[in-house]
Amino acid sequence: MDMMIIYAAVLVAGIGAVCAIVLCTASKFMAVSPSDNRIEKITEILPMTNCGACGFPGCSGYAKALVSESPPAETLCIPGGAEAAKKLGEILGIESSVFEHQRAIVHCAGGSTAMNKKMEYSGIQTCMAAAELFGGQGTCPFGCLGYGDCRDACQKHSDSLNPPPPIAVCINDDLARIVPDLCSGCGLCVKACPKGLIAMEKDGVSPVVKCKNTQKGAAARKSCSSACIGCRKCVSVCPDGAIEVKNFLAEIDYEKCTGCNSCIGVCPTKCIQPVKQTSPEIKA
Amino acid sequence: MDVKHMIVIMMSAVFVNNYVLSQFLGMCPFLGVSKEIKNAAGMSGAVMFVMLIATAATWPIQHYILHEKGLDYLQTVVFILVIAALVQLTKIILKRYIPPLHDALGVFLPLMVSNCVIFGVTITNINNDYTFFEAVVNALGAGGGFFLAMILFSGIREHTQNADPPPSFKGIPLTLISAAILSLSFFAFGGVVENLFGH
Repeated sequence: MDMMIIYAAVLVAGIGAVCAIVLCTASKFMAVSPSDNRIEKITEILPMTNCGACGFPGCSGYAKALVSESPPAETLCIPGGAEAAKKLGEILGIESSVFEHQRAIVHCAGGSTAMNKKMEYSGIQTCMAAAELFGGQGTCPFGCLGYGDCRDACQKHSDSLNPPPPIAVCINDDLARIVPDLCSGCGLCVKACPKGLIAMEKDGVSPVVKCKNTQKGAAARKSCSSACIGCRKCVSVCPDGAIEVKNFLAEIDYEKCTGCNSCIGVCPTKCIQPVKQTSPEIKA
Repeated sequence: MDVKHMIVIMMSAVFVNNYVLSQFLGMCPFLGVSKEIKNAAGMSGAVMFVMLIATAATWPIQHYILHEKGLDYLQTVVFILVIAALVQLTKIILKRYIPPLHDALGVFLPLMVSNCVIFGVTITNINNDYTFFEAVVNALGAGGGFFLAMILFSGIREHTQNADPPPSFKGIPLTLISAAILSLSFFAFGGVVENLFGH
């Protein structure tokens, strides 16, 4: 009987030893080449919130891409900001290019106060779903839908941080508004908007054209009372020649704009607005 | 061993006695890695592979070592030991040759060490007195069934993600309910194989 116990123990130990030998050999022959220690250093600098604003699968994906043969720009980490860009430049041994902090801006001044409804939409309450059904319930095919996909994206980014900062997007009167001071510039809302209304602009630009409607004047006016009708009044009043009208829609070139705000006064539909004025009292 | 018998074993492992949906083994990866079809397919592939080599390794051990020496009671310990080593081996191979899959599987690869569906298949093979060839076919069928269940379920989950359920059903409850309905649908296969091929 004693022999049985010893025999069993020896057998299990033997099988274990065989497995151990196989595993040791395998790990020796199939060892992964030691990873670049720069990757670890880079991941320490990155915020590790995996927000995805850089366009790579998470912070580790961006870190891996940075040490690859053809590295992307080191300024892609928007939440990391200028500080991270500088440190990344040091590690990678390159002169860091100038990092400009960016803020998201909603290019629409519509919402329920300016735009009529062409139908009553009671489907899934997301912009993505509403946009699929005849472009949403508003009369303007370009306008903000107001179901807050951008707010959800902002919330998601906020939740990934510790402590979570207040979210920068709020929806008032079916129109998304971004509080510039709260915007971290991660750019997730840009991707979330099915209408492509949100754009990243250099911090502090003002004024902005709050419209994306490229319909002809009369049609645009019918769609929304705040639509750009392409009247060119702003073009003629701009002292710097910074405004251009393409497809019945004014565009401001911020390379030339000096922020004199003279265009704001002449706009008949009030679709050119200073940035600060749009930060609303937070209702939502 | 005639082909018909093999088909019966294979089909009953895939459909009638589907290890996930009828025997409720391997629930952890079934609920954990089924958010995206891509990851589900990768996980199923890894499970299939481990299942196959686990069967190929444990069957001879049971029949030529344990049973021979009258140490059948060591079955559980030895099988877990062997499966753990095999999973570790799979991990090393994946890390070397398919790193994206290794990263995607993440924590579930180590979890497979004591995964009940793999252990369940090896034990079933012994309890049913399968020959080596039958055991391998059963393992293949079990792996195929796992793959089928994972793909179907991750497909359902990808769709329910876009749905707008009442708040109380959001997340895990909806996942469990859809798993239950999928499992119910597999009960319809009961008796199909026997009647098709005659047992």
